[in-house]
Amino acid sequence: MFRFLIRRFIQALIVMIVISIISFLVQGRLGDPVHQMVGQSVTLEERKQIRDELGLNDSLFDQYIRFAKKAVRGDLGVSYYYKEPALDVILRKLPATLELSFSAIVLIIIIAIPCGVIAAIKPKSILARTLMFFSTIGLSVPIFIIAIFLVYFFSVEWQIAPSFGRGETEVIFSFWETGFTTWDGIKHLFLPSLSLALALMPLFVRLIRSEMMEVLQSEYIKFAWAKGLSPMRIYFIHALKNTLLPIITVAGIQTGTLVAYTILTETIFQWPGMGFLFWDAISRVDTPLISAYLMVVGAMFVITNTLVDLIYGLVNPTVRLSSHGL
Amino acid sequence: MKQTSKEFSITSRSKHWVHLWHGFLSDKIAVMSLLIFAFYCLISLAAPLIAPFDVRDPNFMDLENSEIAPYWIDGDSRFLLGTDGQGRDLLSVILYGTRLSLTIGIFAVLIQGVLGICIGLMSGYFGGRLDNFLMRCADVQLSFSNMMVAIIVMALFQTIFGIASYQHLAMYMLILVIGLAEWPLFARTVRASVLSEKQKEYIDAARIMGIGSGRIMFKHILPNTVSPLLVIFTIQIANAIIAEAALSFLGLGMPVTQPSLGSLISSGFNYMFAGAWWICVIPSITLIVLILVMNLLGDWLRDHLNPKVYKD
Amino acid sequence: MDLLDVRNLNVNFQLKREDLAALIDINFSLKHGERIAFVGESGAGKSILGFSIVNLISRPGYIKSGSIKLNGNELSHLSNRQMRHIRGKRIAMIFQDPMMTLNPVLTVGEQMVEAIRSHTDLRKKEAKNLAIAKLAQVQIASPENRFNQYPHELSGGMRQRVIIAIALLLKPDIIIADEPTTALDVTIQAEILELLKHICDDNNVALILISHDLGVVSRVAERTIVMYAGRIVEQGPTLEIINDPQHPYTQGLLNALPQMSLPGHRLNQIEGAMPSLNDRPKGCAFHTRCPYVMDKCKQKQPDSLYNGVSHVACFMVEDMMKEISDESYDFDEGDGPDNGAYLLSISQQKGDV
Repeated sequence: MFRFLIRRFIQALIVMIVISIISFLVQGRLGDPVHQMVGQSVTLEERKQIRDELGLNDSLFDQYIRFAKKAVRGDLGVSYYYKEPALDVILRKLPATLELSFSAIVLIIIIAIPCGVIAAIKPKSILARTLMFFSTIGLSVPIFIIAIFLVYFFSVEWQIAPSFGRGETEVIFSFWETGFTTWDGIKHLFLPSLSLALALMPLFVRLIRSEMMEVLQSEYIKFAWAKGLSPMRIYFIHALKNTLLPIITVAGIQTGTLVAYTILTETIFQWPGMGFLFWDAISRVDTPLISAYLMVVGAMFVITNTLVDLIYGLVNPTVRLSSHGL
Repeated sequence: MKQTSKEFSITSRSKHWVHLWHGFLSDKIAVMSLLIFAFYCLISLAAPLIAPFDVRDPNFMDLENSEIAPYWIDGDSRFLLGTDGQGRDLLSVILYGTRLSLTIGIFAVLIQGVLGICIGLMSGYFGGRLDNFLMRCADVQLSFSNMMVAIIVMALFQTIFGIASYQHLAMYMLILVIGLAEWPLFARTVRASVLSEKQKEYIDAARIMGIGSGRIMFKHILPNTVSPLLVIFTIQIANAIIAEAALSFLGLGMPVTQPSLGSLISSGFNYMFAGAWWICVIPSITLIVLILVMNLLGDWLRDHLNPKVYKD
Repeated sequence: MDLLDVRNLNVNFQLKREDLAALIDINFSLKHGERIAFVGESGAGKSILGFSIVNLISRPGYIKSGSIKLNGNELSHLSNRQMRHIRGKRIAMIFQDPMMTLNPVLTVGEQMVEAIRSHTDLRKKEAKNLAIAKLAQVQIASPENRFNQYPHELSGGMRQRVIIAIALLLKPDIIIADEPTTALDVTIQAEILELLKHICDDNNVALILISHDLGVVSRVAERTIVMYAGRIVEQGPTLEIINDPQHPYTQGLLNALPQMSLPGHRLNQIEGAMPSLNDRPKGCAFHTRCPYVMDKCKQKQPDSLYNGVSHVACFMVEDMMKEISDESYDFDEGDGPDNGAYLLSISQQKGDV
């Protein structure tokens, strides 16, 4: 366990260094920071002086070290647009994105698992065929089209759910702005989380089905039948647990897709989260914010992947955490 | 001896494909999908010939004609599928948009394929440290989804070069970015096939006869990986088209002046709730049907060629 | 009354175009505490027979006709729900490969306790004690520790012991062991066979051993049934089958045993291969490989006849019996479905089978 954590930590460190180099290049090379700071009314002489003061004429390596030192202290630069530390801006938007992703993941789990299991148990039944039909269609509809149609029907035609913003939010634990505690917040969460879930669901339904069908052919499932266990126990304990092992790995890999999809969803629903912020930052060429976003997403990415590996190790007894990892 | 065994393997291989083709013809959904896909390819190729308007004509945009509903609603026979917000004939833009989306998808996957096949062959054939290193890279690359990498790279690209010069390069950048992102899928599959083929005697025989490793890899090993590669190819084109559409939708892909299906949907999004639904819905359906038939073809191939495609 | 009585059992595989017979007119019975064995090459239908007794044949297969009676109660008509109370409780099974039989993500204990709790009202604690007792009974050292371990932490032989313990949990009447030692090391094979034999004796459990290996069978079974291409070709006391095989196929099987061929000589394999389900020849299915093949073998399936010791389905044996034409042999030339049953009933009256 200890060795696993150490290895994992080293791996995370390498990934973070790579991401920080990219962020550094984004921040340092994109646009002219002096120009951003003082505008055009300054003479070339003065500019040069400012550049020297800022250390922009030092070697790239020195500049990177300075950047990294600041980054470790949580200083990722100041947003041009918001005029405040980029990290603060991002962290303020973090709860919105996390709540959106969390709701989508919960929806995926409670819908995709039963659907996949049903489709695997009786693959020739009408229900299973219908499920597979819809999952094939779902796989072919890009997330932004799903979102557009959800908005069209739920907000415009039927006027059931609002189509943009987070609605009413409350601050809990003095830093976390949540939409879970108000009815309005939950109503606003409905469409974005549904489209995020629907976009990733077909993949998981199909995966769970094919894995489960394979598991159901195995000897230990036949043995479980021969023991006279109830079908529920066989499907949901014996088969499902083995089915989920590869699914967990895939879920870890899908984290990146989830990040990309939050950018799309948040843009469409004007959800005030990190993805929407990132999109805004791009259109405003707010380089410190872009580079800070990369750092934060990179860190979250590393954390999720570590968590996924930990969960995998806990669920799968044949993997001893000490020997797992890189 | 070698001659006969080679002949045998070729005849049995072609027999296998003939058998497969007969099976294919008896599956209505698969045949329909192939026909629709062929139709898409045809209209993409012939877009400049069959499109009622020339999209490069400066008079093509005419705000006086904006937001005209399709022919069956409005009765304006000039515009079969209506016009968009800038007064462009929707049919013409969709034809050109499909052409662009398909081109980007196919070329991106070609890059993925070439890169992945070369890396997979080297990794599997030479093994050892090189293999270890390449597969580690594949793992890392895979864990960053292509969509995420593409969004970030395109965003950076746009900020570096500015919108204006970006527009000229957009198509090549899209092909490159989507193409570079997902090579590991090809590499892993090819590597697995190489490892299993390497065990077989004919490879040893070829090596002993002094045939170079490049020749062995491309002439002897690669043909055996055709079926899994075909499956990945089909499904990856669908994925690449989705990725391109998503990027264009975000404004990071094709510009409005040179619209792909994604950018058409994006610009139609704004008109959707103002009553001009066709600007958004018709390109959406075009895109969905294209991806659906690719996925159906991929599924059929996967079920019938039964290759070991890496799921993760 | 016999513990298990199988009459005219026919199992088919329903494929898209054809309905293939996998088991044809199977007749046998089993007494309390008796150990019988089914032998034959792979594909003879032995395993399908084992699974059809507990109605667990995998999908395209189904029981076409016939009866399976456990203590006089018909099993083949039971619903799945009713059948569940038979499986594991009255009839337990042991599978071939212990590496694949236990669920890798559940502990040995979980897999034992769930079996107990799905058939009894025992509480968790009691079920655990019972499970540990059974682990001890199959000679597993420190059963308390093993109880909490996962299958991958145990060796193959150890796992097969665990599986035997699971089979014993609910004091079943019958254990069906499908090639229980094939996947194990030779040294461990003997141990497991001895264990199985003793366990059955001690608990008065009847055993149906399914094996391709007459050597294994001869160590354990009191009675042996030889199968070929879905039919029973010979059945009788194991000693008789081994010392005086009647059917040419049984003779072939015996000759193929390593200990039967002289050192330095090739093994005497039976020429050819067993026909598959979809190209079973007309007449006696063995005639394509039989050294004594006659014309009528190619036309007609021989009936199973009782020669006073064994039941044999072979024209050559029938002819020899006719030649001797002794009053002490019973045979019947009718070929109705009751024929085998009739002959068996005579054999049961004699009580020596």
